[in-house]
Amino acid sequence: MADLTRDDVAHLAGLARIDLSDAELDRMVGELGVILEAVATVQQAPITDVEPMSHPMPIVNVTRPDVVRDCLTPQEALAGAPESEQQRFSVPRILDEE
Amino acid sequence: MTTTTGAEATLPYDEAVAAFDPALGLEVHVELGTATKMFCGCPTEFGAEPNTQVCPVCLGLPGALPVVNETAVESAIRIGLALNCSIAEWCRFARKNYFYPDMPKNFQTSQYDEPIAFDGYLDVQLEDGSTYRVEIERAHMEEDTGKSLHVGGSTGRIHGATHSLVDYNRAGIPLVEIVTRPIVGAGERAPEVARAYVATLRDLLKAMGVSDVKMEQGSMRCDVNLSLAPKGSARLGTRTETKNVNSLRSVERAVRYEVGRHAAVLTGGGSVTQETRHWHEDTGITTSGRLKSDAEDYRYFPEPDLVPVAPSRETVEALRATLPEPPAARRRRLQDAWGYSDLEMRDVLNAGLVELVEETVAAGATPAAARKWWSGEVARRANGEGTDVVTYAQRLGVTPEHVVELERLVDGGRLNDSMARQVWEGVLDGEGGPTQVADARGLELVQDTGALEAAVEKVIAANPDVAEKIRGGKVQAVGALIGQVMKEMRGQADAAAARRLILDRLAPG
Repeated sequence: MADLTRDDVAHLAGLARIDLSDAELDRMVGELGVILEAVATVQQAPITDVEPMSHPMPIVNVTRPDVVRDCLTPQEALAGAPESEQQRFSVPRILDEE
Repeated sequence: MTTTTGAEATLPYDEAVAAFDPALGLEVHVELGTATKMFCGCPTEFGAEPNTQVCPVCLGLPGALPVVNETAVESAIRIGLALNCSIAEWCRFARKNYFYPDMPKNFQTSQYDEPIAFDGYLDVQLEDGSTYRVEIERAHMEEDTGKSLHVGGSTGRIHGATHSLVDYNRAGIPLVEIVTRPIVGAGERAPEVARAYVATLRDLLKAMGVSDVKMEQGSMRCDVNLSLAPKGSARLGTRTETKNVNSLRSVERAVRYEVGRHAAVLTGGGSVTQETRHWHEDTGITTSGRLKSDAEDYRYFPEPDLVPVAPSRETVEALRATLPEPPAARRRRLQDAWGYSDLEMRDVLNAGLVELVEETVAAGATPAAARKWWSGEVARRANGEGTDVVTYAQRLGVTPEHVVELERLVDGGRLNDSMARQVWEGVLDGEGGPTQVADARGLELVQDTGALEAAVEKVIAANPDVAEKIRGGKVQAVGALIGQVMKEMRGQADAAAARRLILDRLAPG
């Protein structure tokens, strides 16, 4: 597996909206590298005859009928929100994107 | 010559398409008309109070598990079939990861490399009657996002806002995204093709009953990808993606604008920036949004909380059997049944009158009367109010039955054509049904033949030279006399009866 670079970590941090200092970036390159290495041992598994899978159960077409069920009340929905206003979730302003 | 519109330069459209070939790509998002959301049982009603249609699943609360809406999958398959697509035998949902408050899960459940439907086409008819085949790359299932309200900015937009308020009622509503392959070779007609495609798609989806396809309410939304290549060159240029072009007219305008803008950049020696653009309905221009390269890293992976969708071939064929008659075939059938010329049919189509004419004919009117009364004056008035005939008639409470009643008054000999027009105006003025209006306005052909005969005698006596011509065989001169007789009768006479009487009196020999 190709090594994780400092730029990779900075890019991922940006996508995840995590503000990392230079020192943190340096530390994360090392720590994430170790994690990736550990996970990479999976790649040594003999998989020649194994079908790729994305779900542990061999089932398909699990659906529900198009029938309305009870919702949360707005009070319940907003109960865990740090801030709310006009019965809506209040979030910090979003910059540079629409 | 380059002129500046808004912030950026554009080349006049004719010059742009003389030098470049546009390539279009259209992405249309359709909100399905299901009762519940894609992955939970929350209702989908438009305009509900904020955050009243939410649950742990669509709020992305820990431990909540999504389950796919069976009707939404069926609708997606039916849409694929109507677009002549192949239907996947096995496909999965995927997580499209991005951090933005319109999706509380921090990902949108979508489909990535395994869409439910792929490789189809839609034939669209252009104004001149020719057909253009738009190839469909894929149609996939996904979910809609929440709605944000930006607070504190002077314009209600993001810039200058202090914070945003989010309503998740729309988050999780089933969407089908329909993506075309590049539309090339349309040349100067690219804007028309784009509009015709979206219009045809809208009609098709409406006829299928899978969505209410209201562009103004956002249940059908269009993104326009556009690039230019030097005339005759096979390679595609750098594209821009203009988001949320939400009316048929805007689709056409946005394509035209972007063609002119790209052309100005390219002829000026510059290169087009690959980016998202925002469409401004009021000024008819696009402005730069985020750079594409920053945003397109969505790190898709298969959604582990959902199992694959694997429709059996029997299911697919059963759904195919539920498809309505394709709109193009329906138009041909109706034109034959109604006996309209190509031009008449096109006028009826362009005015959006097909359903209304169909209902009116079903109610008992002749196709000719249905077309006549729903065109003309009603269309003129509807246009004046900036609306279409169907909406206008609905608002006034004018119905197909009114047309039938009016036609019966004419056929029964009570009204002539000009009186019928006056009655129709009265109906449109809200004076009541045709009979009521005719009674109130005292409109009735004079059945008293004595009065008509007296008028004919008087007019013949006053025009001896014309009378002589008719006696001499110049029957066409009778028109002048009929006009005068009708004037004598204040319009309340049957012109055909007047003609018969005059010709009787002036028979040769």
